[in-house]
Amino acid sequence: MEKKNGQIRIGFYICHCGSNIASMVDVAKVSEYAASLPNVVVSKDYKYMCSDPGQEMIINDIKENNLTRVVVAACSPFLHENTFRNATFQGGLNQFYFQMVNTREHNAWVHLEAMATTEKALDLVRAAIYRVAEHKPLERKKVPIHPDVLVLGGGIAGIHSALTLANAGKKVYLVEREPTIGGHMAMFDKTFPTLDCAACILTPKMSAVKNHPNIVLWTYAEIVGLDGFVGSYKAKIKHKPRYIIEELCVGCNDCIEACVYKEARFLDEFNQGLSKRKPVYMPFPQATPQIVLIDPETCIHFKSAKCSQTCVTSCERNAVDLQQQPRFEEIEVGTVIVATGFKPVDARKVPYYGYGNFPGVYTALEVERLINASGPTQGEVVLRDGSHPKTIGIVHCVGSRDKHTNQWCSRVCCLYSVKLAHLLKEHTGADIYNFYIDMRTPGKMMEEFYNRIAEEGMKFIRGRVADIYPDRDDPQRKRLIVKAEDTLIQEIIKIPVDMVVLSTGLEPREDAQEVRRMLNITCSTEGFYIERHPKLAPVNTFTDGIFLAGCCQGPKDIPDTVAQAGAAAAEVLALIDKGYIEIEPNTAYINEEECSGCKSCVPLCPYTAISYIEEKKKAFINEALCKGCGTCVAACPSGSIIQNLFEDEEIFSEIEGILNFRNIQREMSYA
Amino acid sequence: MSEKPKIALYWCASCGGCEESVVDLAEDILFVVDNVDIVLWPVGLDFKKKDVEAMPDGSIVASLINGAIRTTEQEEMARMLRRKSQVVIAYGACAQLGGIPGLANQFSLETILKFVYEEAPSVVNELKTRPLERFKDNGRTTELPGLWNVVRTLDQVIDVEYYIPGCPPSPKLLKEAVLALLSGHLPPVGTVLAPDIALCEECSKKDTKPTDLKFESFKRTHLWEVDPEKCLLSQGFLCMGPATRSGCGALCVEGNMPCTGCYGPTSRVRDQGAKFLSSISSSIGADSVEDIDKILVGIPDPVGTFYRYGLPGSMLKRKVVL
Ligand SMILES: Cc1cc2nc3c(=O)[nH]c(=O)nc-3n(C[C@H](O)[C@H](O)[C@H](O)COP(=O)(O)OP(=O)(O)OC[C@H]3O[C@@H](n4cnc5c(N)ncnc54)[C@H](O)[C@@H]3O)c2cc1C
Ligand code: SF4
Ligand code: SF4
Repeated sequence: MEKKNGQIRIGFYICHCGSNIASMVDVAKVSEYAASLPNVVVSKDYKYMCSDPGQEMIINDIKENNLTRVVVAACSPFLHENTFRNATFQGGLNQFYFQMVNTREHNAWVHLEAMATTEKALDLVRAAIYRVAEHKPLERKKVPIHPDVLVLGGGIAGIHSALTLANAGKKVYLVEREPTIGGHMAMFDKTFPTLDCAACILTPKMSAVKNHPNIVLWTYAEIVGLDGFVGSYKAKIKHKPRYIIEELCVGCNDCIEACVYKEARFLDEFNQGLSKRKPVYMPFPQATPQIVLIDPETCIHFKSAKCSQTCVTSCERNAVDLQQQPRFEEIEVGTVIVATGFKPVDARKVPYYGYGNFPGVYTALEVERLINASGPTQGEVVLRDGSHPKTIGIVHCVGSRDKHTNQWCSRVCCLYSVKLAHLLKEHTGADIYNFYIDMRTPGKMMEEFYNRIAEEGMKFIRGRVADIYPDRDDPQRKRLIVKAEDTLIQEIIKIPVDMVVLSTGLEPREDAQEVRRMLNITCSTEGFYIERHPKLAPVNTFTDGIFLAGCCQGPKDIPDTVAQAGAAAAEVLALIDKGYIEIEPNTAYINEEECSGCKSCVPLCPYTAISYIEEKKKAFINEALCKGCGTCVAACPSGSIIQNLFEDEEIFSEIEGILNFRNIQREMSYA
Repeated sequence: MSEKPKIALYWCASCGGCEESVVDLAEDILFVVDNVDIVLWPVGLDFKKKDVEAMPDGSIVASLINGAIRTTEQEEMARMLRRKSQVVIAYGACAQLGGIPGLANQFSLETILKFVYEEAPSVVNELKTRPLERFKDNGRTTELPGLWNVVRTLDQVIDVEYYIPGCPPSPKLLKEAVLALLSGHLPPVGTVLAPDIALCEECSKKDTKPTDLKFESFKRTHLWEVDPEKCLLSQGFLCMGPATRSGCGALCVEGNMPCTGCYGPTSRVRDQGAKFLSSISSSIGADSVEDIDKILVGIPDPVGTFYRYGLPGSMLKRKVVL
């Protein structure tokens, strides 16, 4: 690396990040070392580079010292690259005359030995200083944004996002996989902490979605492909056959009446199998849209083709179509909100709680239906054997906080257990025991809610339930024993109960990984989608233009879900109302005169940005589609594809910088 | 009469093909002889080293030196010609990039000598005699040039103004270079005097190359029949065309032999072998390590395939520990 005759004048800054960096890296030493490197004319360390005075320092130094390049060693570029690019720009330089060194996440936070950490900082800093000398001025390009929005999932999260956007005048496609919107919330009777009726809040919102002129509601539909980029996505939607012509059905239910099955015989999904339905059915009375569907798994016509098809003849509007096929549709949108929710842990995963074996064991969701005024028993708590429970045990943390199932706390189970305790008490007058590990009631009004319910005479036993088994003293063997160690009195206790409620935790949907791959977003190992930054960008994903809302991002209650849904809608609105998006200039381009038309690059681009122009016999990159992944650049055999910010000279000088460690004096003294 | 510009032609570690290419100028050679004075050309004309040594420094307009540098003598001659010449042109793949002789950089000098003088199947040398650099007999001393441990390109030994690529260069490039020299319209120093675009550009099979090529196996030409109509790479023959400078007139590929890369990389590529390897591996149609291994069976000699003409001039230069 030679001195560039004073044309390149670099300002270098290393941030202490409070003590985050400075406690592990000798920042004064790094700044002193950087000052000795070629082309560096200013070298400083400062407590918080990202603060106003830190940025001011860069801006003033550029002006006073005629700097032409800036290097900041601080945190991840992810956090503050834009901050410092902006300061570089404020100082009068092109913002891409800037390079960032990550001395925090890549250095101070991951090493234990201060001496080595400082040495690594010297190497990283040298690489950046060598590299930045080769930087070229670049401009961000603006591309228009498609104003329509796709919302995936019609739970409370999707509903709230869709309505917020539609009320702001945006066109929304709401795609729900089930035949009705509503998600889990539609199954609840009342919700904590206010104990207000879930239906009273939710059903008006559901019908608002249905009737909103700006919302295209597609139920029983799924996304099967997503192409493109922020501002211009193409989504492929599959409409599953309902065997009912949606436009014609008015939800009169005549066909259900007319079905050759006189009795409902098949387990009703919405009621968690606690009631029966026919092959042609309405998911639940308030289902939205009010359109029936036929389940081919149970319909005689689909099983044997030997049905008199009374449903078809009964429909005056000719809405029944047993020949219906899946239909595919492509839509263009600029942004996507993912609100696909959660699934409760399968209670069978904890076999010693006996779910599926002992009829007296219920999941919380089943109980939500049992106590629901519009549930299978109109709110009367009748057990599977027809009896009414006098003692009930509620087991917290089923499938949560346990390394055999899920490690995490599902956040809502303690509270909905308290809610169910209250409601069960109200409906049955039974004695209620709550078995908990810790009572977790964070959030506004939650502890108050717990205290209030606790005063209603519930019993709270602190201890993880070890076993549930039939009571040998009960001649009918219907009663169950809940065995746990009460850790407060350090005694094993065994409580006989008539009904057990398993408070199952929340986990990602089964197809979370597939959906994630299709949308090109990231998820944690357990399967919840990852936000871009927990504090700075909590509803963004790492893919621009795709946002998260609700439990697909992690367990949470309805208030938090709705808050997040609103935030996601606001982020989308901010993008749409700006009208355009600026794309990072780190895209690749082909020099036409240099391309031999060998076509090596064409199939490689993961974003299909490259096409082969037959007339010219040359390849061409659509810069709006290019994400700057560099695949084609590495693959172009004649070096004719260039990527901005990653040109050969930039990368080679960086490598040269990293490898040029022999010149440093390695012995450093530490006081 | 000797107002004509002086030209020297010299050979170092090379096969003689480059000399042939001068003769291949055919009738154009008359034009060359008419317009320049050849002051040194060991293959063609009987000038001695001392003749050139006697000339003033800088009096030769251009020296065209072919072959890589392996011996002390080659180095000495290259330095001498450098002093005497205004312009030095590295002529042919060996001078430019190291060429076929450069493949020797995979082995130590001792390994090479041992093989050549003792182990090669055709050698009978019970006394294990090796050539000596100096031999005295009857008071007279005979000397042979020494061998360096590695093969170097010409510009790793002396400054070079221009390069004419190829194994050997096409007569067309030579003629154009001579014309440029005579006219004095010379490109910037360091230029390779050939088109700066890859070979596919001038290949007649290019249109048949698909845009979704995936390699499931690599074929070698002596084992498979070549479809003369179709892009060779798309048939699985490792054609280096996409990674190789054009200018040869696509001679090999038109003769249904895959390009082996002798014109070297374009100006935008620092390491032709690495670049082509990077390109090829991007398009391997394999899902597992086993699949990859199966595909790699088709490339038994990767260095000889990807670095056939360019090992000393590449970023690798030689095996790290010889
Ligand atoms: C038993 C129980 C009781 C609870 N009680 C309370 C309470 O009283 N108060 C409270 O605040 N919270 C409560 N919660 C938490 C509450 O259920 C959640 O906060 C809320 O339902 C989250 O809404 P959501 O829209 O994110 O997810 P969901 O309600 O799960 O909705 C997601 C929707 O997306 C659809 N979907 C999924 N995948 C796709 C796809 N690929 N394409 C299209 N659509 C898709 C689903 O069919 C579903 O309709 C309770 C949870 C449980 C388990
Ligand atoms: S760098 Fe090349 S391969 Fe990568 S996105 Fe851009 S055009 Fe496609
Ligand atoms: S790869 Fe070889 S055969 Fe195919 S188009 Fe290029 S030069 Fe021609």
